[in-house]
Amino acid sequence: MADSILDTITTMTGLGADPAAEAVTEAQRQLVLEVNLVSGGYRTPGLFGKGKYQQVLYDVDFNIRHGEIMGLVGESGTGKSTLARMILGMLEPEEGSIVHYTKRPQIIFQDPYSSLNPAYTVEWSLEEPLRVFGKYDEAERKRRVRDMLAKVELPQEVLSAKPSELSGGQRQRVSIAAALIRRPRFIIADEPVSALDVTIQAQILQLLRDLREELDLSYLFISHDLNVVYQLCDRVLVMKKGRIVEQGTVDEVYDHPKEEYTKQLLAAAQ
Amino acid sequence: MMKKKWNGYLIAGCIITGIIILWILIGRFYTPYPPTKMSSAKLQGPSPAHLFGTDKFGRDIFSRVMQGSGTTLLIAALTILIGSGAGIIIGAITGYFGGMVDEVLMRFNDALTAFPSILLALVIISILGPGKYNVIIALGIVFIPSYARMMRTAFAAQRDVNYIISARLMGASSLRILLIHMLPNTLHVLLPALTIGFNNAVLAEASMSFLGIGVTPPDVSMGYMLSEAQGMFRSAPWYALSVGGVIALLVFGVSLIGEGMQRMNEEVD
Repeated sequence: MADSILDTITTMTGLGADPAAEAVTEAQRQLVLEVNLVSGGYRTPGLFGKGKYQQVLYDVDFNIRHGEIMGLVGESGTGKSTLARMILGMLEPEEGSIVHYTKRPQIIFQDPYSSLNPAYTVEWSLEEPLRVFGKYDEAERKRRVRDMLAKVELPQEVLSAKPSELSGGQRQRVSIAAALIRRPRFIIADEPVSALDVTIQAQILQLLRDLREELDLSYLFISHDLNVVYQLCDRVLVMKKGRIVEQGTVDEVYDHPKEEYTKQLLAAAQ
Repeated sequence: MMKKKWNGYLIAGCIITGIIILWILIGRFYTPYPPTKMSSAKLQGPSPAHLFGTDKFGRDIFSRVMQGSGTTLLIAALTILIGSGAGIIIGAITGYFGGMVDEVLMRFNDALTAFPSILLALVIISILGPGKYNVIIALGIVFIPSYARMMRTAFAAQRDVNYIISARLMGASSLRILLIHMLPNTLHVLLPALTIGFNNAVLAEASMSFLGIGVTPPDVSMGYMLSEAQGMFRSAPWYALSVGGVIALLVFGVSLIGEGMQRMNEEVD
């Protein structure tokens, strides 16, 4: 339902009748996401009046191109996750706009222990997004689940397991499969490897890289680990206190940082 | 993490409760004597012919308890069904949505909790009048607030957990999230609470009927029989003892189940 609405909006914004508009469309086709001068934050609801407002983001402006992995780095508490919530539509921007050019994005969380429902088996958790979508019969759902499980390189035996019976790395693979099962084109990965061992980290990063090729994905990859971002990302956004202070390709930013803050972050990561 | 395992408490509780419930169910269709039939064998102590003896009208106490505990069981079961059913709905709505609905319903809940429960039941009975079904309604309402508060906590704890955020992002309806994604994760608090609630309902029915504001003849229940037994405690002490014994055994069995379930959860955690 929500998917189809988003699709409709995309079609409406993407297809114009006059040639000038079509030129824009061609450029936009290369985009998956546009974040235009977004500011916003949280309102604590009060019993009376509008409650308190805490601004978190200030004039955030960037876009993500098709097939790109965009890194988002910054200290904790700087607004990275708030930005993710806003892109996912869980929080409305106070100013500015967020334009999606793909289906509704999905998210991969940092903590693989809370991202799967503990009451159900892996098979249920993978099938549920398809059941909610409602367009496939049971045989087709099962086929897609098995197919996706193979893509995240897990054996079929884990289907009957509860999340509590899996390791952290296995859970994160299941979470990735659950996020991808409806074939979104754009994924937000919020610190997806920071809770994992270093060897498992490398495997999950490789998996994300492989899946990008295989499923034609774009990522917004949120991390505080600059080394991980350097390994994986094409471009990078540096965020400080709710503002994007620097953005560019990974090589530009890492080799010739312009901002003092970026230099500090890089020095700390050495 | 371990798989859930049955423990001694749970097994013992299920056996005791199972036997009593089976005995009560048989009482619905068959009793050794008709429970209201009077005979010349008055005030007899326990014997092979009358296992629990007879009362001053010569009625067989074993048969009466068999049938009367059926009424008590029905009242207790329906009471917790109403109490927990409404409690789950209120708790789910307030815990998941929060905001204004939460404020209003929970303040109302606090108001209900402020009354002593037996007093509240008394007020409701005085409005509705006595009788089996009115006792069920009165006790059911009295039991709502505690379940509502408990379930609100259980639902609110899951509201911002990642798997629920994912469910919202995949477009699952609120009803689906509440019933299918959240409810199964509240069972570990709900099930033990149901056993405690069941016992409280048995005892509440007994006290109400004992006070004469519960079931009315021709219905008999445990509390009604206890108040009857009080009048012949000197001449037929076995009446009060057998009624009290069956109540105690039922409550004990169900308590064991609750205790067993709690220990099972602790082992898993």
